[in-house]
Amino acid sequence: MSKGIGIIIVIAVIVIGAIMWGTGIYNNLVKLDEGVTSSWSQVENQYQRRADLIPNLVNTVKGVAEFEKGTFTAVTEARAKVNQINMSPDMLGDPNAFAQFQSAQDGLGSALSRLLVTVENYPELKANENFLQLQAQLEGTENRISVERKKFNEVVQSYNTTIRQFPGSIIAGFTGFTQKQYFKAMAGSDTAPKVEF
Amino acid sequence: MKILFIFLFFIINSAFAQDFHKLSKYANDFTGTLSSEQVSRINSGLKTFDDSTSNQVVFLMIKTLDGYPIDMYTYETAEQNGIGTKENSNGILFFVAKDDRKMRIEVGYGLEGALPDALASSIIRNEVAPYFKKNEYYEGTISGLNGILAATRGEYKGNPKSDNENQFPIGTIIFILFIIFSMFGKKGRGGGSGGLLLLGSALGGFGNRSGGGSFGGGGFGGFSGGGGSFGGGGASGSW
Repeated sequence: MSKGIGIIIVIAVIVIGAIMWGTGIYNNLVKLDEGVTSSWSQVENQYQRRADLIPNLVNTVKGVAEFEKGTFTAVTEARAKVNQINMSPDMLGDPNAFAQFQSAQDGLGSALSRLLVTVENYPELKANENFLQLQAQLEGTENRISVERKKFNEVVQSYNTTIRQFPGSIIAGFTGFTQKQYFKAMAGSDTAPKVEF
Repeated sequence: MKILFIFLFFIINSAFAQDFHKLSKYANDFTGTLSSEQVSRINSGLKTFDDSTSNQVVFLMIKTLDGYPIDMYTYETAEQNGIGTKENSNGILFFVAKDDRKMRIEVGYGLEGALPDALASSIIRNEVAPYFKKNEYYEGTISGLNGILAATRGEYKGNPKSDNENQFPIGTIIFILFIIFSMFGKKGRGGGSGGLLLLGSALGGFGNRSGGGSFGGGGFGGFSGGGGSFGGGGASGSW
């Protein structure tokens, strides 16, 4: 009789211990997941900021430099493409959606950098305070984007590592935490944009 | 090819990671351009600013980046030194690579509103570069820092200690009155001059506080970062 109670107590302790242990791991996964989400919103903020700066930039440059329309059109089209893509945090595990998002954003980035390189040929723009400030804002935004992307990758890395390693992998499997995507180095970022004059 | 590029990037990254300056002062000149008196004047000005506003502005001048991207260098340096407070991320790094003729103002998250990129860029181009072009490094640095301080003053309140000091100094006034009364009350000469001395130092304290942000006075102040965080804000420029 007392032996039976002893066994029951031991089993109860083990079960409660296991539940507490699992809960701790689960809570840690939730924390990491939230970290990824908030880090993602920082990335999105900066991309949005860049998109918001573009109309202003195009207007300023248009007035001074009436050069190839193609450069403007490329920027405007790339921006429209970016605006079509809506990427919510729960889509971060979807490789296709993520790749699509990244290629659209990178496309806008390279269209913009081509525009800025072309603009170097117009001395009157380089003396225009309004343009210089816009240029500074754009550079700052590009820089912020790369910082936030780097931070996002770091957060995702620790999340992915945790859900793939034992014992996190067991709890993650039970509760449906899946791996998330990273930003990859921009395609063609090792080659400078070609500008034809 | 791309893998090799990424691999190289990480090697370069880690090779440079050890090279970031651990900053122990507000003003750091590793080029020997500024005299030690000038450096300590800038240092005490920035320390006073930190004491009164809690904004940490740090000046760093090095010889060359050796081709390392300036925005990555300043981001890493600012982040690793934790410039600014942890709760407000109100730190700024004003960085100059003298032989590269490049500079950058790196702005912490919490001051991006007070000192947006366009303003940072304008400070670099209009306040600093004209002096640096004439090799007037001290004047340019002071001018740039004044621009930074003017933009960020008033964004945050100082720590609780200096917060109290900014309020109406009832305690100090009672203290002064007490000394004045005791001066009149005492007949002995020694007591009187002692009171005057104390009064003088109390007034001196006043003067220092109201002159916050100006680059006067000597003295040393060690810098230690409060754990501020950076997001790549700010602007770069050259001269």
